[in-house]
Amino acid sequence: MLITGFIAELRSSGIPVSMVEAIDAARALRHTDLSDREMVRASLGATLVKDARHWDAFETAFEVYFGLRAPGPGAAATRDGADAALIGGFGGGAAGEADLDALVDALFRALRDEDDALLQAVVRRAVAGLSGWEPGRPVGGAYYLYRILRRLDVDSVRARLLDQASSPGFSPLEERLAVEELDLQIESFRSRLRAEIRARLVADRGAGLVAATLRRPLVEDVELSTATREELAAVERAVHPLSRRLAVRLARRRRRGRVGRLDVRRTVRRSLSFGGVPADPRFRPPRPGKPEIVLLCDVSGSVSAFARFTMQLVFSLSSQFSRVRSFAFVDAVAEVTGFFGPGADFGEALQRLGSEARVVGFDGHSDYGAVFGQFVEHHLDAVTPRSTVIVTGDARNNYHDPNLPAFERIAGAARALYWLDPERHPFWDTGDSVIGRYAPLCDRVIEVRNLRQLEAFVEQVALPVARPVRRAG
Amino acid sequence: MNEGPAAVAAALRGRGYLADDRIAQVVHLARRLEKPVLVEGPAGVGKTELAKALAGAYGHRLIRLQCYEGLDESKALYEWDYRKQLLRLQADRGRAWEEVEPDIFSEQFLLARPLLEAIRSPEPVVLLIDEVDRVEVETEALLLEVLSDFQVSVPELGTITAVGRPMVVLTSNNTRELSEALKRRCLFLHIGYPTVEREREILLARVPELPESLAEQIARLVRSIRAHPLRKPPSISESIDWARTLLELGVSDVDAEIASGTLHVLLKYRADIERIEESLAAEGPGG
Repeated sequence: MLITGFIAELRSSGIPVSMVEAIDAARALRHTDLSDREMVRASLGATLVKDARHWDAFETAFEVYFGLRAPGPGAAATRDGADAALIGGFGGGAAGEADLDALVDALFRALRDEDDALLQAVVRRAVAGLSGWEPGRPVGGAYYLYRILRRLDVDSVRARLLDQASSPGFSPLEERLAVEELDLQIESFRSRLRAEIRARLVADRGAGLVAATLRRPLVEDVELSTATREELAAVERAVHPLSRRLAVRLARRRRRGRVGRLDVRRTVRRSLSFGGVPADPRFRPPRPGKPEIVLLCDVSGSVSAFARFTMQLVFSLSSQFSRVRSFAFVDAVAEVTGFFGPGADFGEALQRLGSEARVVGFDGHSDYGAVFGQFVEHHLDAVTPRSTVIVTGDARNNYHDPNLPAFERIAGAARALYWLDPERHPFWDTGDSVIGRYAPLCDRVIEVRNLRQLEAFVEQVALPVARPVRRAG
Repeated sequence: MNEGPAAVAAALRGRGYLADDRIAQVVHLARRLEKPVLVEGPAGVGKTELAKALAGAYGHRLIRLQCYEGLDESKALYEWDYRKQLLRLQADRGRAWEEVEPDIFSEQFLLARPLLEAIRSPEPVVLLIDEVDRVEVETEALLLEVLSDFQVSVPELGTITAVGRPMVVLTSNNTRELSEALKRRCLFLHIGYPTVEREREILLARVPELPESLAEQIARLVRSIRAHPLRKPPSISESIDWARTLLELGVSDVDAEIASGTLHVLLKYRADIERIEESLAAEGPGG
């Protein structure tokens, strides 16, 4: 059945769907106008997806399983005829040069007049005629999309539309709005193309296979060191709300739990209403100490994305720590705390970090040993018995000396030292990774590859109860 | 079909709430499946408003439970009115405890808080549990019995079951993850920022004196502002405030200067205002 396949697909993309919810979805469909795709989408969405972050994954799966199916041959011929009539100038069959011009022109008219039917006809025609479709070819849609956009020369269509949009009577503000709206329209044209391509892929290879090609990890599971640019952008958008949630949670946990010391004044005053018997003792609100954090982040190539999210998360939580100092390094170390002042824009801060902080000393290859040596020499006063030191990096030392004595001095000065390694555990200690040599000196070495793990770690470090007792030695 | 989502949308429209297809369908489902709706979304997109409009549209009474940190049973469910009980005991001085006990633990001495009130109400009600993400996880459990079985257990009285199932709307600003158990029991509705067309209609519905051309301009501008990376993008309630402000100022046509001058109605953070001011000023002619 379609719905069970769909639910299985949601589960494989990481959305938790319980039995009860599956039953609810089936019940909901009984009260849904099944001829209306949007209504079906709303019903399934409301019953199966309970987290706004999962919506994208749901949409993708929905498009695949409930996409517009290709009609039968008879209907297809009529529709092609109608499309050709709409677009005009079509001889049918493969698109020749004249037909291509007609199609581009139709696209132009559709976007200019916001003509929905014409736009859809263009989409169908373009996918049929311009994509260079090869049945059975195991590709995602991106390849075909690229080919179509290039043949249609969408950029020059956009330029023509821009000329039209900016009539001389427009104020600059109106003009800009018009440009923005045009870009949104073109984006919607692209996503229609994508949907049409997907529908054809499904017809070609079946829903299950296509869904598997399109499956993307949920934002919290995106592997930070190998993420694409779009994925990183999504992660960045997710970090802010995540840190807000985390801050609220931490503040709450800290306030609850343990009661503070006896408040003598208030207890005595209260005892007056019981004839001088202190029947209702009062306590001061608890004030557990907040940890002090020293971040030491490798910002070289492959691990830089990871370092930056760690910094971003820790800094947006700075109210939860008594003090945060951070250092960035490649083969030289520099303090970057000042870059992240209150109200600082994180993107700008990162740019400054790249251009102003002197984190590259010699050749731009990570040299952990040299960095730890420098740190001990210049910045060891940052580490006090109350600080928790967090080192992030893959410990790929390019075969330099790991300088264990220096690292040991840092570990010895700190209350606790954690190492976050963004590499998968099986790759540790392979090649030039020396994580195993540093590990005995750390309180814990933790594999942190995605936001979910990072969140869990930060929460644990920030809570006073969860911190380990200072180890001996 | 007079009871479909279209009817829901029409009923809500009658109360000045413009529901899109998705909202209408989810509300329709909630009524049919008798399940609570968990509404999530940024502040000011009309989550609470939805519950109010629903109550108005169907002529139900609205019972509201405003959640806050530290909310407990005695504020959400019920409490014994101990002062009244004490008075009763004093009045009954001399009677044996066995006689008095069933007396003072009767419904007469029960102070119904919103949840119990909604369950006991003989006429149909809409129960609004506002900002449910503010209560602690433990308190959330308190809601589960009410939301799944529509009943409340009072140890001294037994179980009180709902006469008619109330329609339940929970809202959340997503400051923390709600428990799986709670989410499982609800239909989920995420309300985001509206499209330009819908926002324009909302503006016209909420500010009837607004000229259509101005509503269109406001909706387009607000959409454009939302596309910037802001700490708090303007939501519907803010664009309504903005529309009222512009109307009050007698503006019929918004240009960059007027927009800059009234941005504080739309945006709540200095950094956001500065960012948008900059981008409004940045466009030279021909840019």
